[in-house]
Amino acid sequence: MRLKRPSIPYIIWMAVFTMIPIVLIIYSSFTDRSGNFTLESFIKAFGYHEVFLRSLWIAFISTVICLVLAYPLGYFMSRQRKSIQNTLTMVIMIPMWMNFLLRIYAWVTLLQNGGPIDTMLSLLGIHTTLIGNQGAVILGMVYEYLPFMVLPLYTVMAKIDNRLIEAAEDLGSNRLTVMRKVVFPLSIPGIISGITMVFVPSASTFLVAQYLGGVNDIMIGDVIDRIFWSDQNTGSAIALILMVAIFIFLIILNFFGDEEAIA
Amino acid sequence: MSNVIVSLRDIFVQFDGEVILNHINLDIKDKEFLTILGPSGCGKTTTLRVIGGFLEPEQGEILFDGTKINGLPPHKRNVNTVFQKYSLFPHLNVFDNIAFGLKIKKVPKDEIKKRVKEMLAIVDLKGYEKRGVSKLSGGQQQRVAIARALVCNPKVLLLDEPLGALDLKLRKNMQWELKQIQQKTNTAFVYVTHDQEEALTMSDTIVVMNNGVIEQIGSPTDIYNEPVNAFVADFIGEANIINGTMIDDCRVRVLGEELECVDKGFGQNTPVDIVIRPEDIEVVKPEEAKLTGEVTEVVFKGVHYEMTVMCKGCEWIIHSTECAPVGSKIGMKVIPFNIQIMNKMFLAEKNTFYAEVISSSEEENRITVRVEDSEFDIENQFFEVGTNLTISLPPKALSIAGDGIGHIDDVYIESVIFKGEHNEIILESDEQKWLMQSDVDEQVATYVPLKFDFTQAEIRVTEGKNET
Amino acid sequence: MKKISKLYTALIIAFMYLPILVLIAFSFNDGKTFVWKGFTLRWYTDLFKDSLIISSLWNTLLIALLASVFATILGTMAAIGINNFKGKKRILLQNASNIEILSPDIVTGVSLMLMFSLLGVAFHFRMGFLTVLLAHITFCTPYVVLNVLPRLRHMDYSVYEAALDLGCNQWQAFRKVVIHELMPGMFTGFLMSFTFSMDDFVITYFTRGASFQTLSIQIYTMTHQRISPKINALSALMFIVVLVLMIIINLKDRKLEKREGLRV
Repeated sequence: MRLKRPSIPYIIWMAVFTMIPIVLIIYSSFTDRSGNFTLESFIKAFGYHEVFLRSLWIAFISTVICLVLAYPLGYFMSRQRKSIQNTLTMVIMIPMWMNFLLRIYAWVTLLQNGGPIDTMLSLLGIHTTLIGNQGAVILGMVYEYLPFMVLPLYTVMAKIDNRLIEAAEDLGSNRLTVMRKVVFPLSIPGIISGITMVFVPSASTFLVAQYLGGVNDIMIGDVIDRIFWSDQNTGSAIALILMVAIFIFLIILNFFGDEEAIA
Repeated sequence: MSNVIVSLRDIFVQFDGEVILNHINLDIKDKEFLTILGPSGCGKTTTLRVIGGFLEPEQGEILFDGTKINGLPPHKRNVNTVFQKYSLFPHLNVFDNIAFGLKIKKVPKDEIKKRVKEMLAIVDLKGYEKRGVSKLSGGQQQRVAIARALVCNPKVLLLDEPLGALDLKLRKNMQWELKQIQQKTNTAFVYVTHDQEEALTMSDTIVVMNNGVIEQIGSPTDIYNEPVNAFVADFIGEANIINGTMIDDCRVRVLGEELECVDKGFGQNTPVDIVIRPEDIEVVKPEEAKLTGEVTEVVFKGVHYEMTVMCKGCEWIIHSTECAPVGSKIGMKVIPFNIQIMNKMFLAEKNTFYAEVISSSEEENRITVRVEDSEFDIENQFFEVGTNLTISLPPKALSIAGDGIGHIDDVYIESVIFKGEHNEIILESDEQKWLMQSDVDEQVATYVPLKFDFTQAEIRVTEGKNET
Repeated sequence: MKKISKLYTALIIAFMYLPILVLIAFSFNDGKTFVWKGFTLRWYTDLFKDSLIISSLWNTLLIALLASVFATILGTMAAIGINNFKGKKRILLQNASNIEILSPDIVTGVSLMLMFSLLGVAFHFRMGFLTVLLAHITFCTPYVVLNVLPRLRHMDYSVYEAALDLGCNQWQAFRKVVIHELMPGMFTGFLMSFTFSMDDFVITYFTRGASFQTLSIQIYTMTHQRISPKINALSALMFIVVLVLMIIINLKDRKLEKREGLRV
C-alpha cells in the first residue's frame, strides 16, 4: 500500500499509447513521405487557416451560448432540495449518454427540408431552409455539449452554502450584488472546467458540420479526417497545431483559475 | 525476569533527521496494564508502532518472549492493536469485524462463532452481531475495536489513545470497563495516553515519556510520590515546583528558609528542584511555620479548597479541607518526608554558546556572527573577523520571537514548568539545550524562533582558540 | 422568480429531450417520411433482422466490457502507485494521465492510427478488434485514475494497518479491506469507461481498420447513406437502455450516499 510499483504498468502504457503516438505525430509533421525533414506540411496546413479560425470561432460562439444558457440553470439546480438536485442531474445527464451521432442525426431529421419543423413552418406560410448553415452547426454544438457546461457549474455552485447567500443578503446586498460578489467568484472553477469541457471537443469535433452545415461550413476536424487518409504528413501537422492551440488555450484558461482544470 | 514478554532494547528512531525515539529501553511484563504517558509528540505512539511492527527502528532490538522479532511483519506478531480512530471495517457488520482476524487464521467456523460470542459478552455488546458498525455510537465502536483485537488472543494488546474521541462521561465509564476487560482476559495492555488521570486510575505501571526519552518508569504511587524530575512532577498531578539549594544531606534551602528533608546524596550547595504536592501542605498559624504567605485566592473544589498563596514573590497552591479567607496570613508546614528533592533538568544557570565573527564594522560598532546554522548581527560590539567568541546569556535574556523573526529558528520546546514566579522553559536547538525564563505560557513540543537580548550578554574571546 | 426559474429549467430540458422524443415517435411511423402514416413495429423487426447491426452491437459491448474491466484494473493499480509519489513527480504523473482526457479525440485517434499502421507494417498485422480495444483502454484508464485517487487520499490508512494487525499479509489486506474503500471510485470509473467506450465514435473510426464494425460505426454508415427509420428504432432502444441504466445507477448512488453519510 505504500508501494509505487503498481503504477509501473500504467506508466509504461502511457508511454506506449499516449507519448509515442504524440511523438509520431510531431515526427510526421516535420517530415515528408520518405522521411526527410521538411516544413512543407506546415505550409500546406497554413492553406487551411480559414477553416481553422472558423472552427475556433464556432467553438467560441457555442461555448459562450452554452455558458449563458447553463449558468442560470446550474444556479437554479443548486438551490433545490437534495433529492430534486439528484433527479435534475440525472435528467441532464441522460441525453449525454446517448450516442453522439444519433443526437446530431435527430437534429438533421428535425431540421431537414420536409422535416417536422419545416413542415410546420410552411403551414404557417414561412418558407426557409433550416439546415446547411452555420447557425445549424452552432445549434448542433450547443445541443451536444450543453450538459458538459451545466454539470460542472452545478457541482461547484451546489457547494456554495445557502447561509453564505443569506448572510450576504442580510448584510444588505440585493440579488444582483449577491450574484456578482458571492456566487460568481465562487463559481469560477466551475466556469473554467465547463469552458474546457465544451470548447475543446467543439473546436476539434468532426461530423457535426458535415451533417448540419453547408459545404463551406466544414471544420478543422473534418479537414483532418479528409486529408489524413491521403496525406498523413499534412494531417499530422494540422493535428499538431490543433493540439498545441488547445493546450495553449487551456494553459491561459488555467492562469485565470489557478489549478482547476489541468491539474 | 521470566514474566517479561516484550522487551525494547536501545530503540532509536528518526524521521528526516529528527530524533523521535532516543535509545529507549522498556520491558513489558505478562498480564500487566502498562501506560505510556506523555505530551503529544513525545514518541509514545511511535513506541507502540515499533512494538506492533508498523515501524522498523533504525537501531535496537525488539524481543518477544526472548526472541528477536525485528523485521517481522505485523501479521506475524502475536500482538494486536486498537487504533486511535477505531478503524473498523465499514463494509462489515459487528460480527464480521470481530471475526476478521480469526477468519484470516482459518479458525473453524464453530469456534469462530463461539469466540466472537464470548468476546461480545466481555465487551458488553451481546445481540449486536448483525449491526452495521457505522450505526454504532463512539463507545460501542470502541468496544468492537477492542473485541476485534482481543479475540485473536494476543499476548499483548496495544491501545493508542483509544478514548481520545469520547466525551468525558463516556471516557470515565470506558476507563473502568477497560480495566475490567484487561483483568477478565488476562492480557498485557500497553496503553498510550496524554491524560495523566487516565494513567493513574488504570495502570499497574506508568512510563512517562518526553522528547523521545523515558523519564521515569514506576507504579502510579511511585510516580506520583517520587517523581524523578520537575517534568514528571509537573506532568503527573498538581505540584508546587520551586528552585532550591541542597545545603547538605537532609537540609535544603527554599526561598531563603532552611527546611528539613529526607533526601541524601545531592552533595553540598547543589541547585535542585523541589516538589511539594498541594495536599501535603498543612495550613497553620504564621508563627508555627518557617514559610509564610498571604492567601490571594480561594476556590471551593467540592472535596477541598484550592488556595493560592503568595510567599516571597512565589505562587503556591494548597489543597486543604479547611479554608483560610483571602487576605489572611498563614503558615505553610510540610513534613520532611513530603518534600521531594530532584536534580535540575538543566544544570547550568546560564546559557553559554560559541559564535564565530564572520564580518564586522568598526565605525558602526557592530559584528555579524554565526551560531549553529544561523547568522545575525550584534550591536555595540567589535571583534575582528574570524574571532571565536564565547557568549553567555542568563535565562531572562532569552525570549520567543512574537513577530516570528528570531536569532535561531525552529527551536524545539522540550518542557515548560511553572516555578512559582516564572515559567522555566527548556528549549533544544540543533546543537544544544537552552534555559529560558518567561511569564508567557508556551506550547510544549512545538518549534519556535528564539530571540536573544544581547544587552544582558557576557561576551568574551574564546580561550585556547586562534585569533586571526 | 420561482416560476421563471421553473419555466427556464423546463425549457432547457425540453430542448434536450424533444429531438430524441421526436425520433422515438417516428420510429413507430409506418412510412419513411415525417408524415404520419400509422403505427408499426416494422422498423424494430427490421432492426433485429439486420445481422450487421446485431454483430456490431456485440462488438461494441465486448469492447466496452473488456476495455472497462482492463482500465479499472490498470487504473486502480496506477492510482495506488501514484498516490505514493510525492510532490513534483506526483503532479507530473497526474498531468501525464490527464493529457489523454484533455487532448482532442481526433488527435488521439489519428496519432494512434499512425502508430498502429506503422506497427502493422513492421509486424504484419491489420487494425481491427485488438487495436480498437487498445485504444479504448488508453482513453478509459485516466478516468479510473481520476476517480480512484480521491478515494485513496481520503481513505483512513489505519484501516489498512488494522487488517495487517489482525493477520493479513499485504495482499489479503488489500483484497479484504482496501478494495472496499476504493469500490465507489472504481465503480464510477468502470461505469464512465463503459459508457465512453460504448459511445465512442471518433477514436474507433480511426483505429478500427477496414472491416471491424461497432454500433457507432454502423450508425455512421447508416446516417451517411439514405435516412432509414431503422435508426429511429435504434435510437429509441438505446434511449430506453440508457434511461434504465441511469435510474439503476442513481438508486445505487443514493444508497451509497446514505451509507457514507452515516459513517462518522
